[in-house]
Amino acid sequence: MSMNRRDFLKAAAVGGGAILASQAVPADASMPRELPPEAVGILYDATLCIGCKSCMVNCKIQNSVPGGALYLPDRKELPYDFSSPDNIWDDARDLSSKTVNIIKVCKNGTGEHKDETENGFSLVKQHCMHCISPACVSVCPVSALRKDPKNGVVYYVEDRCIGCRYCMLACPFRIPRYEYESANPRVRKCQLCRHRYDAGKYSACCEYCPTGASIFGKVTDLRKEAAKRLTLKPGEEYSFPVQTVDSKEKSRRLVSKYINHLYGMKEAGGTQYLLLAGVPFEMLGFDKNITEQVLPDLTWAYISKIPAVIATVLIGGAATWAVTRGRNKDKEE
Amino acid sequence: MKQRDIKMMTPTTIGLIVVMAAGALVAVYRLFKGLGAATNLNNLWPWGFWIGMDVLGGVAMAAGGFIIAGAVYILNWKKYKPIVRPAILNAFFGYVLAATAIFFDMGQSFRIWHPVVMWQVNSIMFIVAIHVVLYTTTLGAESSPMLFERLKMMGAYRFMNAIMVPIVLFGVLLSTLHQSSLGAVYLIIPSKLSPLWYSSRLPYLFLVSAVFMGLSMVSFETILSSRLFNHPLPVEILRGLARGSLIVAGFYFILKVWDLVAGPGIGAAFAGSFTANMYLLEMVIGVMLPLVLLAMPKYRTGINSIFSVNLLVIVGVLINRMNVGIFGLAEYASRFGVDYFPSLMELILTAAFIAFAFFGFKVSAKYLNLFPETEH
Repeated sequence: MSMNRRDFLKAAAVGGGAILASQAVPADASMPRELPPEAVGILYDATLCIGCKSCMVNCKIQNSVPGGALYLPDRKELPYDFSSPDNIWDDARDLSSKTVNIIKVCKNGTGEHKDETENGFSLVKQHCMHCISPACVSVCPVSALRKDPKNGVVYYVEDRCIGCRYCMLACPFRIPRYEYESANPRVRKCQLCRHRYDAGKYSACCEYCPTGASIFGKVTDLRKEAAKRLTLKPGEEYSFPVQTVDSKEKSRRLVSKYINHLYGMKEAGGTQYLLLAGVPFEMLGFDKNITEQVLPDLTWAYISKIPAVIATVLIGGAATWAVTRGRNKDKEE
Repeated sequence: MKQRDIKMMTPTTIGLIVVMAAGALVAVYRLFKGLGAATNLNNLWPWGFWIGMDVLGGVAMAAGGFIIAGAVYILNWKKYKPIVRPAILNAFFGYVLAATAIFFDMGQSFRIWHPVVMWQVNSIMFIVAIHVVLYTTTLGAESSPMLFERLKMMGAYRFMNAIMVPIVLFGVLLSTLHQSSLGAVYLIIPSKLSPLWYSSRLPYLFLVSAVFMGLSMVSFETILSSRLFNHPLPVEILRGLARGSLIVAGFYFILKVWDLVAGPGIGAAFAGSFTANMYLLEMVIGVMLPLVLLAMPKYRTGINSIFSVNLLVIVGVLINRMNVGIFGLAEYASRFGVDYFPSLMELILTAAFIAFAFFGFKVSAKYLNLFPETEH
């Protein structure tokens, strides 16, 4: 055997360097990268939103039943989120373990003009983006978060969850919320009302939206509708569908000015919740650091190298032991 | 075999027991009242002090076990045999404590076994969980000859010693993967973690810094236990560890600087912000000062200076783990208006873990043959 310790360390260093230099590889096949065949989602148009919060009311009602995202067996009333001292109004200030869909006002400067950046304001509706390649699903050690292979809804299986909260750390959109107040806590997030599809119903927020700001439908149709709106000229008339993208009911009104960006088309590899607005999305609370990077790929770059590491350490270690053992015996004798 | 002459009922021991009792109360309160009642964790800070300090820090502090075991059983550097038992026992305590911290940090503590049966290979958390289980078992096996010796079960003692080389090799493999996978946990948050620490090289940085920490930790506790338990200092071993530390320190320094230059650039470290200052603190205490001191033969060979360097490295790598786990997320979280500082109960439980490690080590030193080579 000619390999001495110096040679071995050299070989190990070269091997380590090669691993260090190699590039990220696509995630394991079980992590989806393409839009599922029957993917459903929501298109939110901030220029149509009037901030009535009907969507929030129906969300809480419809999700407090068995199968819903806010269901608790022993909860007597709706999961109200009090933030004022008198505890009269359900007035959530942010997403929480009791509020999985929220309308927020985002102001700039004096905040006088709707859907304008300079001294303007815009409404925004925040809930789970239902990513095409969700970070939360990829990091969950027990598959408590899953992506439906057909409709692409990202949902939660309560009984599996161990409460490590890695999903909350991993989500770039700050969506999963935790029942910190409970000794038997769950993760809470929008599940796109998947428990209502079998009855022929769709997302509760879209059902109650009076202006067509939130519409439910197939993601491919939503993308077409959004693309069409981005070609419209401000001031011309357009018939906006209400409740669902293929609805007969339309709301005819003047078109506002859009920022030429369909949010969710490419962000974090694409999402099934899509947004249009009159102001930049950074102003609406979307983190500017979110890129088109498919997040689970970053992790898989590490995991895919594990078999090589196992082989290297076991073979290298055994060889080293075999070589050094002999030399050591010589010394002892 | 006689028991070592170590007094148990000293004021220090009583202090340790008081801290452990306080920690036990916190643990019970946490289980019955929930995370919100016991901690300051919130929706933008899902992980706090228990993960940053107890899990990331504790596991890094346990790295000495696989390094010394590997040196003695795989590289056959028999010179280090006298410290292999304390190093492995220390690692065993480190892992038991990390696992206990995870147990109390999980919202559903009693489902801690779920990952073992519900595999999800895309998840680093799954990989980490499996490693904690396997490596804690391995460390138990590596420590078992001491126990069998004490219980005079010589058959089991001889059997465990006969299969020790493959067990140690398995332990080296698990540690390599586990130390690096703790860094890989953070690969998924490029938009959240400060670029001063976020990097595709996080797994390597965690592995190398764990080796650095492990060497210092072993040296530190060798000196400390020699003084506490009155047995002669193994000076040559300590100097050997210091030489190893110098090599690792140089490598780690190059890796850190490369990472900074290839990432946000040198200027980012001098931005003057809290985050940048935490980075500088980590670099000066944990990397540059130890490297400079170890490079000078005078300090590399003197026991007092070695002890000081050990302290610097231990504190420095702990700061690194806290930076990655907590401070590196501060700029992101405060952009969305939420701060975090550990609650008193979070601090008490961590203090209790540390007290348990010292107490357990002392009990082991008394009742087990922890330092076989010094007993003649």
